[in-house]
Amino acid sequence: MIDFDVIIIGGGVIGCMTARALSRYQLKVLLIEKESDIGMGASSANSAIIHAGHDPLPGSLKAEMNIKANPMWDQLSADLGIPFKRTGAYIVAIGDEDCECLDSLLQRGRENGVACEIISAEEMRNREPLINPQVSGALFTPTAGMVDPFAACIAPLENAIENGVQVKLETAFLSFLTKDGSLTGIHTNQGDFNCHWVINAAGVYSDEILRQADPESTFTIIPRKGEYYILDKSEIQLNNILFPVPSAVSKGILVLGSTHGNVLVGPNSTIEEDREDKAVTAKGLNEIWLGAQKLVPTLQPGSIIAVFAGLRASGNAPCPDCSIDYKHDFLIEACTQLKGLINLAGIESPGLTASPAIAERVIEILQQEGLKMDLKENWNPIRKARPRFHHLSMAEQKQLLKKDPRYGRVICRCEMVTEGEIIAEIHAPLPARTYDAIKRRTWLGTGRCLGSFDMPRVIELLADETCQPVTSITKKGPGSEFLFRLTKKVEA
Amino acid sequence: MSIKDRYDVIVIGSGPGGLAAAISAKKNGAKDVLIIERDVEPGGILLQCIHNGFGVEIFKKDLPGPSYAQHFINEAFSTGVEFLLDTMVLQITPEKRITASSKRHGFVEVRTKAIVLAMGCRERTRAQIRLPGTRAAGIFTAGTAQRWVNVEGYMPGKNFVILGSGDIGMIMARRLTFEGAHVERVLEVMPYLSGLTRNYVQCLLDFDIQLQLQRTIKNIIGKKRVEAIESVAVDKKWNPIPGTEEIIPCDTLLLSVGLIPENELSRQIGVMIDPITGGPIVDDSFQTNIPGIFSAGNVVHVYDLVDWVTEAGLTAGKSAARWVSSGSQTNAINLPVRAGENVRYAVPHTIQPDHLAEGDIRVQMRVRQPIEKPVWVEVRSGEKLLHRKGEPYARPGEMVTIPIKQKLMDEVKSAKDLTIAIVER
Repeated sequence: MIDFDVIIIGGGVIGCMTARALSRYQLKVLLIEKESDIGMGASSANSAIIHAGHDPLPGSLKAEMNIKANPMWDQLSADLGIPFKRTGAYIVAIGDEDCECLDSLLQRGRENGVACEIISAEEMRNREPLINPQVSGALFTPTAGMVDPFAACIAPLENAIENGVQVKLETAFLSFLTKDGSLTGIHTNQGDFNCHWVINAAGVYSDEILRQADPESTFTIIPRKGEYYILDKSEIQLNNILFPVPSAVSKGILVLGSTHGNVLVGPNSTIEEDREDKAVTAKGLNEIWLGAQKLVPTLQPGSIIAVFAGLRASGNAPCPDCSIDYKHDFLIEACTQLKGLINLAGIESPGLTASPAIAERVIEILQQEGLKMDLKENWNPIRKARPRFHHLSMAEQKQLLKKDPRYGRVICRCEMVTEGEIIAEIHAPLPARTYDAIKRRTWLGTGRCLGSFDMPRVIELLADETCQPVTSITKKGPGSEFLFRLTKKVEA
Repeated sequence: MSIKDRYDVIVIGSGPGGLAAAISAKKNGAKDVLIIERDVEPGGILLQCIHNGFGVEIFKKDLPGPSYAQHFINEAFSTGVEFLLDTMVLQITPEKRITASSKRHGFVEVRTKAIVLAMGCRERTRAQIRLPGTRAAGIFTAGTAQRWVNVEGYMPGKNFVILGSGDIGMIMARRLTFEGAHVERVLEVMPYLSGLTRNYVQCLLDFDIQLQLQRTIKNIIGKKRVEAIESVAVDKKWNPIPGTEEIIPCDTLLLSVGLIPENELSRQIGVMIDPITGGPIVDDSFQTNIPGIFSAGNVVHVYDLVDWVTEAGLTAGKSAARWVSSGSQTNAINLPVRAGENVRYAVPHTIQPDHLAEGDIRVQMRVRQPIEKPVWVEVRSGEKLLHRKGEPYARPGEMVTIPIKQKLMDEVKSAKDLTIAIVER
């Protein structure tokens, strides 16, 4: 008696996209996530870009997956209700030295088969009036775009749930269960689950899981932290994605608009030993501010409304094509030491972009490995986005309000999120159970007051709707409670 | 309650500024006056300010915030001001059509002849002061904590560190102590207090809560909930001084690091904003650059006493009522009021000298640098000193007021501009 055919470890964008791809087939699938919500790792702290694919080394798995996935986003975002805008991106050269690099970038882009063109400094100034006047030219990649990174996790997983996939939160993988050397399941902090197949999509922990199956493996994740600023949309508007000319290790510090309207600035790149350390540092914040001002010198510190950091799951996987000397590729393969384990590791940028192609690759690998996969007859590819009051036309707002008056009460005044939207998320297919979970789904508390106004109200709604005391409501899972006790009830 | 389609004056916000404006508009002849308030009750932030210290100037009485608010709520009701509560303004057009949404009243569309913006202010957050560290639970603005303790009745922590010596921070230090919490200390990056001296004495000194000047936070520690903060001394240019770091264990960090006038609606209509105050540029009637749109209270600039907010509201409401009855824009020339020596800003930004016919015009300002000696507050026209007033000291945390005297009307009329300065005596 098996519990599941396939268990996915990790609810980041890779795990969520894989869950949705697997939900097409007549399989029993479980996704486990150690945190209280999905998408709490690198998937929720990144530049939110669907990359064109000009940057990865030609021939690498990163390039292959990026280029294959980029065109998938139109259909995907339409089917799943993920905010996505194909804006194009600019790699901007400032000064003469940078300008010389543009040709080699164009060359690389063409080798990858990515549409790109060099535009003049004047044209760049026309397209983005805020750009540094010292601009000397730019490489334009029209197929790049911006996406809501939270929805990119939540939407496919909700669709997967509606197609039969099960999800267990606060469930951490501890070890593999094997019998006579073959995989029989996994042992977690919530008990054991039998299965034949395991997909390791554990982000910064993917190397630890991989090494449990293959102790001899030299694969290691060395997390690299990236810090960001968010700027107030009422103070600065910018609808483009602006990259500097890249360095050897990263694509540099960007300035870009977002599907949400706020300008995003970052990231830097620093090696981090602690896999949970997402603290922002004074040094890092200075670094990204200076970097961003190279592209847009008029940025004002007064318009900063949020700071955050994420950890990239940077690995040391060699490129599968041995003729290419590259040591930081994605690792997407069946484990040779433990039949049934598929590792998806070292998925850093362009991982968000590549996620739907990686999910497709998982299907191919499972088929090659011998899993019988029959399509479901009644698979539903559509997941409708829930209404966002603020984004509706006045006529639609009136209509929605008539149907459900709770959409009339604004709870988050900066981002104009209503009670109706919050309650809808609490009772969604993948229920939001923490303050941050609601924040990622509605964007409340991400505005200029950082939740000072909405927080007490949201906590009350969460408590009411889930029939819990307010003291048990958390920011991001157990241990992050907001409130301790009633006033007057002084502890002895 | 039924809402009319048209009003003479609509006031946005029912804090002390909005209440005073609505009452005053009504008393000065506006027929239909409506207040739109997003919260379920009128009163604004005063409702969570259960400490005393309100009304000393106006009532010569020391009242708690809710009592002060109730006085004006009662007066608003008795004068016939209408209220639309639990309703959020979504949009205001230049033709003064207002759309709003409400759980109780549905989608609301109203027209008005004049508007008084009285949305108040919000608190500066950790992002705006670029505070490094984790994003654990337990980092709140002092006002959010105040709402939890005083309105919801819950304690947001056990061991507190407070960053910033703003008034709300100091008042919360005392409040939390009353409720059995431990306030480890208050840190202030500046070499002086940023709130009122009386709050330092009554809230910190009286409760043995330590205030450390010229110290800030270098790091917030704790992944899920705050576990400690690392503080560091700073030099005069706010640069951290290496070797002065101290780890202070705590589970909660409160921020009392300044207030920002809340002007997103104002900006949307096209009201011009002063980058120093963060509020609309106003004349002495509290009219903005858009005729018929007035603003009053903390939305213009952050006051330290509620009494002054009420005064401003009374003026704005009266001006709005007059604007409605005169039905047209006055063509009077506005005389600029400039912030001179050691003055960070002065409000109003312009005055109409004709208004002196009705009485003195009050100019309020914040000093740039503290002067702990007797000072002159001066009003100059070019090099010429028109009027001056003595004060025992000048501190950035305490607003300075000087009247432009009615008797100066002729000199003011012939002036090109007025400059306000604060100098040592």
